[in-house]
Amino acid sequence: MESSVVDTVRETPVDWTDDLTRVPYRVFQGEDVYAAEQTKLFHGPYWSYLCLEAEVAGPGDYCSTFVGETPVIVARDRDGELYGFENRCAHRGALLALDDRGNTKDFTCVYHAWSYNLQGDLTGVAFQDGVKGKGGMPDSFCMEDHGPRKMRIAVLHGLVFGSFSDDVPDIEDYLGEEITSRIARVLAGRTPEIIGRFTQILPNNWKLYVENVKDSYHASILHLFFTTFELNRLSQRGGIIVDESGGHHVSYSAIDRDAEKDVAYSDQNIRSESAYKLADPTLLEGFSEVGDDTTLQILSVFPGFVLQQIQNSVAVRQILPTGVERTRLNWTYLGFEEDTPEQREVRLKQANLVGPAGYISMEDGCVGGFVQRGIAGAASQSAVLEMGGSLAESSESRVTEASVRGFWKAYRAAMNRQEEA
Amino acid sequence: MSVNDFHRIGRVQADYSRCIDEGPLEQWPDFFVENCMYRITTAQNYSEGLPAGLVWANTRRMLVDRVSALREANIYEQHTYRHILGQPSVLEENGDGIHAETSFLVVRVMRDGQSDIFASGRYVDRYVDVDDQLKIAERVVVCDSTNIDTLLALPL
Ligand code: FES
Ligand SMILES: [Fe+2]
Repeated sequence: MESSVVDTVRETPVDWTDDLTRVPYRVFQGEDVYAAEQTKLFHGPYWSYLCLEAEVAGPGDYCSTFVGETPVIVARDRDGELYGFENRCAHRGALLALDDRGNTKDFTCVYHAWSYNLQGDLTGVAFQDGVKGKGGMPDSFCMEDHGPRKMRIAVLHGLVFGSFSDDVPDIEDYLGEEITSRIARVLAGRTPEIIGRFTQILPNNWKLYVENVKDSYHASILHLFFTTFELNRLSQRGGIIVDESGGHHVSYSAIDRDAEKDVAYSDQNIRSESAYKLADPTLLEGFSEVGDDTTLQILSVFPGFVLQQIQNSVAVRQILPTGVERTRLNWTYLGFEEDTPEQREVRLKQANLVGPAGYISMEDGCVGGFVQRGIAGAASQSAVLEMGGSLAESSESRVTEASVRGFWKAYRAAMNRQEEA
Repeated sequence: MSVNDFHRIGRVQADYSRCIDEGPLEQWPDFFVENCMYRITTAQNYSEGLPAGLVWANTRRMLVDRVSALREANIYEQHTYRHILGQPSVLEENGDGIHAETSFLVVRVMRDGQSDIFASGRYVDRYVDVDDQLKIAERVVVCDSTNIDTLLALPL
């Protein structure tokens, strides 16, 4: 019997097990899975990070960004409010905004000059009445009926999120109290200033990067810097918070002088013990970021947002799928208006730790690719996530894959949810 | 701006790129003065005046650390670069040194044999004379593209 390629792949269900400890490799490989994610997940009842409020501070400011692979615009109208809508002309679908950021009175499509206000309403159609009584749009054409699809917008401590769904709960309810307060810990009461933007193109499925962010197990094994300089030892005081949905997480650690004495690492005989020393150790001389002992806090919001505080390197990361095996990772490095010049210099120095060339993050750029290449031809096999048990719950130990399992819990709920609908 | 400056800068550039492409990378920091500034950024950040870098060093010792980290700490697949440099434009010579810009193209050759254009851009440089040798006091590596493929391990 003949069937199209699309039909064939649609008929292949993902083989999930009953618990969260197995992840079929197919979810990183299937075109059908990727396509389903775009609708169920990125257009589903979830909040996607869009930009910083600081990037759309004044009237007429706009950012063009993405929800999944859908291009969108965030704009601040003269009423002071933020609006979000698809970056797509209602006429024939051309992009409305071509620049990443800017300030404008309105959006006029370059193709046939249909124009839109800052709220995304269609306000003008070129030659609507034709020329000399000939041509033009029919009388029945009503501008209010046409326009790019609009989003709900939520702002939390300077972070702008958007959703195409009317069913998504308010951002605070979506995140829960613990995650919300951990975002507040880093961002509340301060005025962020962007000090740099970098984009990393990853040779792997977007979910492999999300897993990596949530994987506290690898942190001090793959990244020698973390351990050698005691930025983050699994034996340090700290823990993992996994929210109820499983989709959001926080991994944190705090100064603990006792950890230096413990032998857990040398006993393991792993490569993270070495005699490596910095010629310029000022790299790691920082200050208490918000007046507490927490030197590291990695926070993720389902599906693809990360807020990072690693020593005094504060950044947001936006994870954007651009194909089954390709991901765009946008880094925005932050300082704060309140910084002293000395503190600002510390941030610039410690930015060496993160990003595409980061001492403790360059490996994350390639491990996803190692997995993507490693699982070729193994679509029927699964990853094993049993470290720390089989649940997706908070713990004091970071030798656990609990928050990775949490991601799959939320992911499976998302992908099943609308299959039923 | 003498022809001599042009030649001297050209020579530093040639030796510099050869050092990265052919090694030994350990000698790369020697092209800089002790209190140098070395930064890799993008044209977009550069034009917006955003100060952060993919790599940001304000001492030569930080460059030494870059090299030893690559040797001892960081994990990445084996690869090499090929730098193709344009002619230096000597822009100005004043009290704080010679200011020049040079275009570059870097091809990255991966372990599997694949060659790709990894980066293009310009070096925005300031050189000073140290014991009759031209050293880099400041180098901003301004990459044309905002995107970095996978990771940036070796310096540019
Ligand atoms: S596509 Fe935008 S006006 Fe025609
Ligand atoms: Fe990592």
